[in-house]
Amino acid sequence: MANKEAESSKKPTVLFLNKESEPLFSKKNRALLTDPLDDNNPITVQVLGICSALAITVQLKPALVMSLSVVAVMGASNVIISLLRNLIPNRIRIIVQLVVVASMVILVDQILRAYAYDVSKQLSIFIGLIITNCIVMGRLEAFALGNGVWKSFLDGIGNAAGYGFILIIVAFFRELFGSGKLFGYQVIPDAFYEMGYENNGLMLLSPMALITVGIFIWIQRARNRKLIEKN
Amino acid sequence: MEGYLNLFVKSIFIENMIFAYFLGMCSYLAVSKTVKTAVGLGFAVIFVLAITVPINFLLDTYLLRPGALQWLDPSYAEIDLSFLSFIMFIAVIASMVQLVEMIVEKFAPALYGALGIFLPLIAVNCAILGGSLFMQQKDFSGVTESAVYGLGSGVGWLLAILAIAAIREKIIYSNVPAPLRGLGITFIITGLMALGFMSFMGIKL
Repeated sequence: MANKEAESSKKPTVLFLNKESEPLFSKKNRALLTDPLDDNNPITVQVLGICSALAITVQLKPALVMSLSVVAVMGASNVIISLLRNLIPNRIRIIVQLVVVASMVILVDQILRAYAYDVSKQLSIFIGLIITNCIVMGRLEAFALGNGVWKSFLDGIGNAAGYGFILIIVAFFRELFGSGKLFGYQVIPDAFYEMGYENNGLMLLSPMALITVGIFIWIQRARNRKLIEKN
Repeated sequence: MEGYLNLFVKSIFIENMIFAYFLGMCSYLAVSKTVKTAVGLGFAVIFVLAITVPINFLLDTYLLRPGALQWLDPSYAEIDLSFLSFIMFIAVIASMVQLVEMIVEKFAPALYGALGIFLPLIAVNCAILGGSLFMQQKDFSGVTESAVYGLGSGVGWLLAILAIAAIREKIIYSNVPAPLRGLGITFIITGLMALGFMSFMGIKL
């Protein structure tokens, strides 16, 4: 980490994208985008950003809006921090990062209030909490401070997509079993209800979000055994 | 007085930061491997929440809220700065954490030894910012009320991390299915604990 920083500070700040003359979507760059979806998922493997992930997964719509907001915030703030990385003094980097992320979140919040007021009401404080979402800070700290603009952008988008992926899966199951709907449209036919099927109200409550994620981690690690922890 | 007590109990048990709102889950999962570190972080959270929530309350009432600037000049009555609240709150939190760290280091070295490494972590703990944002939604009537709320939320957070750390210390000795070990089982236990905490919802305060 420190090495990389020292190296990059020796070179003059280069703003154009491919200074290593590497194709825009080389294998390495593609891995930045796809790794966080599975093997290096921010939620289930890196354990980052769970705070806001669980509370807004009762329905698919807010979960989707939240994922898109996180993609926007992470893409933008990773690019900005990566551009500024040689100018930020090491000691105050946390505050600089917080300010950049907070401004991005304010933008997203204002846009949501203008164009999707009801969803923004549903998400209540959780849009604001993107600021302290550990994924954003974690990736800024671990990646954007030491890497070029294009790579940081891909890393930001990739990690945000990995986060959104889990959010949408959890929300899918919770909305399907909890209220028999997807995106607010009823999918379980009325005939089922007449035969005695009932919605599982427990799925709508907070504990089931935790348990759903727990089960998802179980499935993922059973499939991919190198992720298993020692104890 | 009774109102404060009710609010305190409510913020600890019924609106528990972890079990009802999942705030501060990242550090909750990362630092709950042993009871000792968990207690250290828990007290640091109480400390910072009890300080930042009232400060942000004052900031909200006298600067940010629609019409809050009226005390300066009646013509400012229509100014609404509430869109700045995220950045103001996070700035207050980050600087308070820095300040608290310096004060504790100077005047209570023993406490600094215990809390020191956790304080910087706290600036990015969702529970802290969440406390301030909930405070903004709840329309408290005074500073004391918001301070009580901050303190109560902190105590609730400590309670949660203490419980999970104690369970995790013991669960090492049991035979958990391999893919569930570590993170997976912690999630499921937290879910079960949250189910238990839901029983407090019936209490009318």
